[in-house]
Amino acid sequence: MSNHNEHAEEHKHTIGYGTYTIIWFALLALTAVTVAVAGINLGEYTLFVAMVVAAIKAMIVINVFMHIKFDDLIVKWLLGFCGFIFAVMFLFLAFDVLLRY
Amino acid sequence: MSAEVNNTVSFYKTEKGIGSWLYTTDHKRIAIMYLAAIILFFLVGMTLGLLMRLEVAFSGKTIFDAQTYNSVFTLHGVIMVFLVIIPGIPAVFGNFFLPIQIGADDVSFPRINMLSFYLYVLGGLIAIYSIVIGMLNGGVGIIDTGWTFYVPYSLTTTTSVDLPLFAAFLLGFSSILTGMNFVSTIHRMRAPGMDMFKMPLFCWGLYSTAWIQVLATPIIGITIVLVLLERFIHIGIFDPNLGGDPVLFQHMFWIYSHPAVYIMVIPAMGLVSDILATFARRQIFGYKIMAISSMAIALVGYFVYAHHMFTSGMNDTAKVIFSFFTFMVAVPTGVKIFNWVATMYKGSMDMKSPLLFVFAFIFIFSIGGLTGLFLGALQTDIHLHDTYFVVAHFHYVMFGGGIFIFFAGLHYWFPKMFGKMYNEGVAKLVVLLLFVGFNTLYFPMFIMGYNGMPRRYYESLPEYLPLHKLSTLGALILVSGVLIMVTNLIYALYKGKKAEDNPWNSLTLEWTHTQTPPTIYNFNEAPSVTAGPYDYPDFSEEGGH
Repeated sequence: MSNHNEHAEEHKHTIGYGTYTIIWFALLALTAVTVAVAGINLGEYTLFVAMVVAAIKAMIVINVFMHIKFDDLIVKWLLGFCGFIFAVMFLFLAFDVLLRY
Repeated sequence: MSAEVNNTVSFYKTEKGIGSWLYTTDHKRIAIMYLAAIILFFLVGMTLGLLMRLEVAFSGKTIFDAQTYNSVFTLHGVIMVFLVIIPGIPAVFGNFFLPIQIGADDVSFPRINMLSFYLYVLGGLIAIYSIVIGMLNGGVGIIDTGWTFYVPYSLTTTTSVDLPLFAAFLLGFSSILTGMNFVSTIHRMRAPGMDMFKMPLFCWGLYSTAWIQVLATPIIGITIVLVLLERFIHIGIFDPNLGGDPVLFQHMFWIYSHPAVYIMVIPAMGLVSDILATFARRQIFGYKIMAISSMAIALVGYFVYAHHMFTSGMNDTAKVIFSFFTFMVAVPTGVKIFNWVATMYKGSMDMKSPLLFVFAFIFIFSIGGLTGLFLGALQTDIHLHDTYFVVAHFHYVMFGGGIFIFFAGLHYWFPKMFGKMYNEGVAKLVVLLLFVGFNTLYFPMFIMGYNGMPRRYYESLPEYLPLHKLSTLGALILVSGVLIMVTNLIYALYKGKKAEDNPWNSLTLEWTHTQTPPTIYNFNEAPSVTAGPYDYPDFSEEGGH
């Protein structure tokens, strides 16, 4: 944060249509996985598996479609911070909801 | 804006006419419009508060009936929280002075700034509209849920709940956009030499706040949407009759609304540092730790929210964790108060009205913070929850913290914003009236609450009436102080003496590098910053021991 050229390095990276198409199919495949897993009785792990698949999809979208993979380090940190706060909120809610009864 | 715009005259004179205001993307004009709107809403909220005080000072019906009383305290809360204190300092002084203090010509996204203002206006208008249709033709009645919109009552009441909720949703978006703009502005628009640790502490306050606005506000947005969905199509997320969890609503509400208290107070704390340094002619004691403590309060402030829910049937483990973090957040706050006092030590004090407001703030906010610990402790909270003690506590924090410093900022920056000086003697009288009125109004509530007077009650037992009357007397003193203040400032706008560029001899950029009032692009050329914002000559070494 100490210099003012944080955004001097513009987004030079371009992603080809081929990559976008692969990513699209990957997202569709993961959606199919979510639907398929929903049909299997995994007991208490159902939510966990669904969340892991969703997290992988989110990572792909954030990194490729949102170009964060090619962005400045500070943007990655800021995004990571948002993710951290989000995770803490889930954790704190879980303290109450999972342990209440 | 074209390149031919005249950057030598004040921004008021660059363009004329109503269109120049309505379509403006200039951060200063947007700030002035926010100021007008916020003062207007404050006066409405204050009038509702005064009516409530008059009602409860006497037994039986004095002004309105019990149902109307419920609506009045709801409106007072909604207006003061969502339309006045949350936008208050960031939207007015942040918009006006953040770009100038970091040496920029505007915020990062001027058009989004304008959108933010119009969302605020739309939210305010919808809130007012909901009141009107609530009252008209024997209508459904004005919202009576309290400003917290707690379920399940907010799901079942027949009063006009949907529109105020939607208004709060829009106001949330306004706040998110402002926060996003400020984060981006601070990271991308600083002038050459303006390192993060050369920024005035007001900017650090705004920066910390902006993160809360961006991260916490969406949660109230989705919560409101869920309540509306529950009301319209009964999805069963909060309604216990449908298998929903009402305590989940409280979680989601306070995940936003507790950090919102820091949205109100952290920028105020930054402004306190600026004012203290200016009028004590001193470098801020522990500048870096002050900047970091703003961020620390913002961060830890996320982890304390459920202290509002100790009596809601929450799990005991969760209660202990939240109580622990609540005590933790007092540490960076304590650091700030210690450093303010240490800054004044051996300072060359200039007792102008903004500084007097700051003195009042430090006194009042310390009481507000300390009583917060009573409520953050699991045992005492059982006794004090939902009593007047809580009402007193949050007014000491939100009014004593947010609004007092809003007034301090108004007096500190009035010369720069409007190019006129107000009557200093009257301003000092105003501080006195506000301070005496405030404490007479709210301190008795601590005693009443401790003795068991519940909040939001229309009637009270006879033993509480003397303190209610004393409290109402305080309200009258406070209101008279506010009215004198508004008169003094409006008079100054028209008849006040012309202000110099730097009447307080301050060292931050808005005073040293801009005209009064500033020009459209603030600076003729981007300032090159070499010194810190508070590098006042050190008197303490010369003064001897």
